[in-house]
Amino acid sequence: MIRLYDYELSGNCYKLRLLMHWLGLTYERIAVDFHPGRAHKCAWFMQNINPQGQLPVLDDDGFLLRDAQACLVYLASQYDTPGGHWYPEDAQTRALIQLWLATADDLTRSISAARLHYSFGYPADIAACDRQGPATLRLLDDTLAENHYRGTPWLAGGTMPSIADIACFPYAALAGEARLDLRRYPAVQAWLHAMRHRPGFIAMPGIIDPSL
Amino acid sequence: MPFCTTDPNLRNDWLTVGAASQLRQVSAARPVSARLLGNDLLLWQDDAGAPHCSADGRALPIICRYDYLWVHTGDGPAPALFELPEFAQPGRRIVDCGGIGVATSGLRVVENFLDIAHFPYVHTGTLGKVPHTEVAPYRAVVDPAHGEIWATECHFFQPRASASAGDGIDAHYRYRVMQPLTAALYKTCPNRAGEWDVIGLFVQPLDQEQVIAHVLLVYDEDVLPDAEMIAFQHMIFGQDKPILESQRPRRLPLTGSLEAHMRCDLTSTTYRRWLHQRGVTFGAHAQPLP
Repeated sequence: MIRLYDYELSGNCYKLRLLMHWLGLTYERIAVDFHPGRAHKCAWFMQNINPQGQLPVLDDDGFLLRDAQACLVYLASQYDTPGGHWYPEDAQTRALIQLWLATADDLTRSISAARLHYSFGYPADIAACDRQGPATLRLLDDTLAENHYRGTPWLAGGTMPSIADIACFPYAALAGEARLDLRRYPAVQAWLHAMRHRPGFIAMPGIIDPSL
Repeated sequence: MPFCTTDPNLRNDWLTVGAASQLRQVSAARPVSARLLGNDLLLWQDDAGAPHCSADGRALPIICRYDYLWVHTGDGPAPALFELPEFAQPGRRIVDCGGIGVATSGLRVVENFLDIAHFPYVHTGTLGKVPHTEVAPYRAVVDPAHGEIWATECHFFQPRASASAGDGIDAHYRYRVMQPLTAALYKTCPNRAGEWDVIGLFVQPLDQEQVIAHVLLVYDEDVLPDAEMIAFQHMIFGQDKPILESQRPRRLPLTGSLEAHMRCDLTSTTYRRWLHQRGVTFGAHAQPLP
């Protein structure tokens, strides 16, 4: 039985919900009162679930795993069909995926931090977020534009998306809530559109389901 | 720093600065700050647990009601705060869903809260579902005794009206606007016939185009953990937020033809007219000269 310690408005929780949905996995969502209760920082949670006091946390039959990107690697490795596209075995593709998993952390440190500031009043170095967020979106935009001319719409190449795309998707899509203007990143917008229009896509608050 | 408005509707009324729980373990030696009407306030509580507030070195009246803090920034006498008798009703679950920042006028946030017609499109699968898009006729009036707006006889098909709702129901709603920036929603309790769950919306205006929207549940619900009730409300509010932040102008037009209304917008038009008659300017779109 897979359990997800989850918060509805977290982009990092959402990326696990999205991958598990696309993998066809059933799982139990355990709602954590991230805001206003800060239950992810309470003693019980930090002693028993995640000493880092962060969400998401995955519990697969007692295997407790923190860190959204680590969870994506685990879920795709464990549950994708053999030869599947979410975490392909090819060495170069895996290396590129690793690079974008690290970029997803840059998005968390900038766009997610600014979003937490504007939405929940968390302290944040907004000047730093306003430098780092656009710089990371620029990197994504340049890469996706180049990939487009190489014939692939996805971050790690190929004809199908990988966990690299899922890792970077939520906070790129939520850039508006960090008060950044996505119109400056047309290749990012085209990629977000492609992600949202994949069959079986599920939305989160702030990222609208195109079927509506 | 002075307050950024002289609008008497806001300066002479009680405005929230957030949940009372933020003052737990906050003493005069280390107060917390809160933003209101473009000014930074200091908040703390004394040894007896009473809240205190100061701005620009001056003490301001502050009270704790409904688990929330309310500040009066005006020079004149403070009016009575609105009544919410359900809060003290035995057996009620009180769940604070906290505040969420929104980059728009508080009037837009309240108006969105009063709107039924967007449910099937924005809250698909929970508060509404296409093709159940028709808004049946309802009533909206200003109660002459208290000057509050009441919209009644609203009902709407909802696939999942609340966190604990099992099947779809024809949910009955009543809306109430107590102040320009506070409103309440009374909705059919899925678990107990004849009772109304109450959702309070208390908007804290940081300035004319930035607010914190606080949501307080006063529910008959007794099954779910707090975290799931909060998650449901945050899902709903998180769906509204990008819509609210994309609306232009950010400030709400109270008159004129900038935005068109239909019959289903009766509560909105009543709210706008009510704001206009009170002379609200804060967060309202200034009319172009003829």
